[in-house]
Amino acid sequence: MKTRIVLIAAAAVLGAGLAGCGDRDRAVVYKQGKYQGKEDTQPWSNAPFSGDKAKWEGALRARNQAQDESRRTGN
Amino acid sequence: MARMKFLCDAERCIECNGCVTACKNEHDVPWGVNRRRVVTLNDGVPGERSVSVACMHCTDAPCMAVCPVDCFYQTEEGVVLHDKDLCIGCGYCFYACPFGAPQFPQGGAFGMRGKMDKCTFCAGGPERDHSAEEHKKYGRNRLAEGKLPLCAEMCATKALLGGDAEAISNIYRERVLKRGKGADLIGWGTAYGKREAAKEGGKS
Repeated sequence: MKTRIVLIAAAAVLGAGLAGCGDRDRAVVYKQGKYQGKEDTQPWSNAPFSGDKAKWEGALRARNQAQDESRRTGN
Repeated sequence: MARMKFLCDAERCIECNGCVTACKNEHDVPWGVNRRRVVTLNDGVPGERSVSVACMHCTDAPCMAVCPVDCFYQTEEGVVLHDKDLCIGCGYCFYACPFGAPQFPQGGAFGMRGKMDKCTFCAGGPERDHSAEEHKKYGRNRLAEGKLPLCAEMCATKALLGGDAEAISNIYRERVLKRGKGADLIGWGTAYGKREAAKEGGKS
């Protein structure tokens, strides 16, 4: 009977001691979120470009250069 | 097409606020919300400088990183946009942004915060292009019309440039080489007097 109590007590102490080994890392790891909203269309996908990306890029290129007044005035 | 960027030439900006007005009018931006504004440094002091500021469409945008509902996205052209239907108006993006770009409409007597509003690079948002819904939430989608942001396109002195980063930086680079810098700058003598005259004035 006495040895049984000792065994139970030893098992309880061992169990309590091992419980510490199960402690997990509590540092939160943040992951970069992913966009959760509605999908957007490409700027060239609708009228007036109707999917013609090259035409859209050409239009923007012309607008880009129009910002350079030295080209427009020739100075 | 590379990344879309804004570039403001502080030597040219005359603080006319034309860009601010154009933006407000083009997108029917509500009272109290300023997608773009002009900041003047050393106001009233000779040599003062003004810079037009809005969302800079950061490559690694901090607003995107902090948004708890992940309502931000970046288009193929590098324009940072957001879904207003998802935005909860928490204001985290406002604290994260180094330019103060995110704006919140103040509604009611208690100053309740509405959904965030910011510069869209005139690229609308996640609604059908050119639809009334898109215009109401995000403003006009000029990019889908093959046009650049109105603030830059209508700038009278061409201080504010907007568009393909490579193209606008080339324009700026050529400009800087042509005009010089400091007291050699074109217009400096007219505005502040010739360097020699200033020296003589200092002696007497």
